[in-house]
Amino acid sequence: MIWTAVLVTAAGCYLLKLLGLSVPGRILDHPFVRRVADLIPVALLAALVAVQVFADETALRFDARLAGLAVAGVALLLRAPFLVVVFAAALTAALLRL
Amino acid sequence: MPADERPRPTRRSVVRDSIGVGVATGAYGVSFGAISVASGLSVLQTCALSLLVFTGASQFALVGVVASGGNPITGAVSALLLGSRNTLYGLRLAPLLGFTGWRRATAAHLIIDESTAMSVVQPDPELARVGFLVTGGSVFVLWNAATFAGAVGGEALGDPRAYGLDAAVGAAFLGLLWPRLSGRTERLAALFAALLALGLVPLTTPGVPVLAAGLVAVALGLRWRRS
Repeated sequence: MIWTAVLVTAAGCYLLKLLGLSVPGRILDHPFVRRVADLIPVALLAALVAVQVFADETALRFDARLAGLAVAGVALLLRAPFLVVVFAAALTAALLRL
Repeated sequence: MPADERPRPTRRSVVRDSIGVGVATGAYGVSFGAISVASGLSVLQTCALSLLVFTGASQFALVGVVASGGNPITGAVSALLLGSRNTLYGLRLAPLLGFTGWRRATAAHLIIDESTAMSVVQPDPELARVGFLVTGGSVFVLWNAATFAGAVGGEALGDPRAYGLDAAVGAAFLGLLWPRLSGRTERLAALFAALLALGLVPLTTPGVPVLAAGLVAVALGLRWRRS
């Protein structure tokens, strides 16, 4: 099942990229399309943050992951690079679980 | 300094800046590799994602859904929705790159946030091509090397929770989301999507809350902006 998902994602993501390079610009270059494309990553990534931090299968839980997210937020406010943000969150959760 | 006094970029300076972006972006493939094996994918599946999907947010989305116990196909749909922005990047890049045939087919794979950003800012098509190819190429090489290192390292670590790798996933998504929260509509849509996803967690199977909340938030965001 995971392999199927990997290959579907690979084929689909490549075709989405190729589509943009291949079709005449005026077909998709519409303000509405641009607004949708702008909002999709925002909404999906925000939902992913929430689920990754609070969900445990079908239950909601407050645990070390929330502390990790808070530290990541502070790191982002301080304009830390991506790797530092991710590492700081992992380290926070790991230390809390010692 | 006014814009017109800035030194005009040269081929050399574009190559240097592009490699800089490539190194910085490629390096975080380490976190993707480690998070992916911690989510239950094999090293081979993890490397296949970086090699064949090659668009970071989509890769993180797929492994994120798998990590939360969701159906991998639901994860693939989330990944494809995130990948749709690359279509718009392609539209902007097509006239700058002017590629056809096998060059276009190869260049398509390199379309990501960073290669697009380093291309569209250049003053002429020649430098736009250099920025695109050098950024895309260096990210590709380093992202894949770093993914492999992270996956092998992550597997050697053992229990991912002991190292806080589950907390790293949320932080990675927050890091990808952060630069997109520029406007009020974006922030409202993000807040709404997060709350709706949490509300759906106890009611649906894992993976579905992300997809449903994402789509509803996009629909609402469009209405807000129109009014």
